[in-house]
Amino acid sequence: MERIPILRMGKLLLVTIQVDMHDRLAMTLQDDLTDRIVKDEAKGVLIDISALDLVDSFIGRMISNTAAMARVLDASTVVVGMQPAVAITLVELGLTLTGVKTALNVEKGVALLEKSMRR
Amino acid sequence: MSGYSAPAFEFNPSLLPVGGAMVQQSQSLPLHSDEHVVMLRKVVRERSIELQFGLVDQTKLITAASEIARNTLKYGGGGEVRLQNLDTGAKVGVCLTFVDDGPGIVDMERAMTDGYTSGGGLGLGLGGARRLVDDFEICTQPGKGTAVILIKWKRC
Repeated sequence: MERIPILRMGKLLLVTIQVDMHDRLAMTLQDDLTDRIVKDEAKGVLIDISALDLVDSFIGRMISNTAAMARVLDASTVVVGMQPAVAITLVELGLTLTGVKTALNVEKGVALLEKSMRR
Repeated sequence: MSGYSAPAFEFNPSLLPVGGAMVQQSQSLPLHSDEHVVMLRKVVRERSIELQFGLVDQTKLITAASEIARNTLKYGGGGEVRLQNLDTGAKVGVCLTFVDDGPGIVDMERAMTDGYTSGGGLGLGLGGARRLVDDFEICTQPGKGTAVILIKWKRC
């Protein structure tokens, strides 16, 4: 089955979405990530969406839900690299990803996660 | 229209035909699986690049198409989408017509309201898609089906 790879780096899980996600793939990623947070005792999740040229309500909801599930499992989530056109479209669509931490790039995202882990 | 089956219900959109517009490159795609939705996004992206849409307008149109395609699939039980390029002489655009023969929409006002969903979604699909395109029309007949028309014009 088609899957998006999840990489572990210390206490962090890294995901780079590089394919146009259909809905089932998005749900699989959500399930895989929550499993891995528990299995790897991860404290942070970084989702890089810089290669995504579309975030619709379904993908947006997957991102929000993943962040909420991670929080319940004692891990923080940062979404990085959103393209400006995607941000404009997402807000006009009515999704603001409330409660999801964001950063402009991977470097800033990792710094944000490390800061939240030190607390 | 080649390869395009007319809706099973009375379909009299006020948007179509767009007055004076030449219709070019008419094409129909099936909408029966997640993969079809991904395929549609790709084709709409290609069309909007061909017409030299700006990046934001490309993204808006594709996102709107994705939302409505999901509705066709999820609530309409699948259907098809017709893609057309429009050229009025003064402006060019893309027209997408989504048709299903599902249960239709009984309470249109509620369906268009942000946050209302009859399924498990966020309830942003219809209202959100309407905000992302220039022209939007929905025709529905309970028990017979639904058609949604999206038009996005290239900004000059």
